[in-house]
Amino acid sequence: MELLFQLLVFLALLALGFFVGRWNEAKHYASIRERERRFAALPVIAADDWDKDRPVRDVWLETACVVISIDYFKRIALSLRNLFGGEVRSIEPLLDRARREVLLRLKAAAAARGADLLTNLRVATSSIYGNKGSQQSIGSVELFAYATAIRYDGPDRGNPA
Amino acid sequence: MILTNIDSVPNMRIVEHYGLVSGSTVRAKHIGKDIMAGLKNIVGGELKGYTELLNEARRDATERMIAQARALGANAVINVRFATSAVAPGAAELYVYGTAVRVEAE
Repeated sequence: MELLFQLLVFLALLALGFFVGRWNEAKHYASIRERERRFAALPVIAADDWDKDRPVRDVWLETACVVISIDYFKRIALSLRNLFGGEVRSIEPLLDRARREVLLRLKAAAAARGADLLTNLRVATSSIYGNKGSQQSIGSVELFAYATAIRYDGPDRGNPA
Repeated sequence: MILTNIDSVPNMRIVEHYGLVSGSTVRAKHIGKDIMAGLKNIVGGELKGYTELLNEARRDATERMIAQARALGANAVINVRFATSAVAPGAAELYVYGTAVRVEAE
């Protein structure tokens, strides 16, 4: 009887993770695509370069971070995948979303201050809050991005956001 | 205080170097946020409490670095780098470092 109950809880969590997780993912991707179009005009480069012929009005360091967690269904899928090894396709969209999200946050913050360019972008990924081996461990990952924002001298173009 | 993560400040000339400055902070999560995160763990998605916590911690570490640079007489920190490490279960160190310099308009 108790075993049956545990099985039901497990299946409920699995279903909740699967359906709500998938719904969240679709919603998030729609929002990401919309904002990516909106901020397409603000270039981000990973090299240390800018237009040196133009006078610069302002320069500052811009940072952004996002912490995301994996859903229950994906966690179970991952533990099965751990038996055989190989590519973990269920986790890839999670990291893809987080990485695009953090870049969008960086761009939004820079655009709000009138930046024309984000140069020398660095992105770091760290898993901070997991106690390895513990059942209570929270499978979460932090994406952190930073770049130097440059605003050239010139007439205000208005805020793209 | 001007901060950049490139090795110069656009349109400015470096007139003096003061060497390395850094700031760090160790933060632990608190239980309330942990319970929320545990629930969020079922459906997945952003852990907003943690995002906030890390943003705050990083801001504090940066403030400490800026205070150090200011005490040296610098007006800019260039080549800023961030590092995060888990020092103990449930606690993380946020470390930021850079080179303190004095810059002048070209």
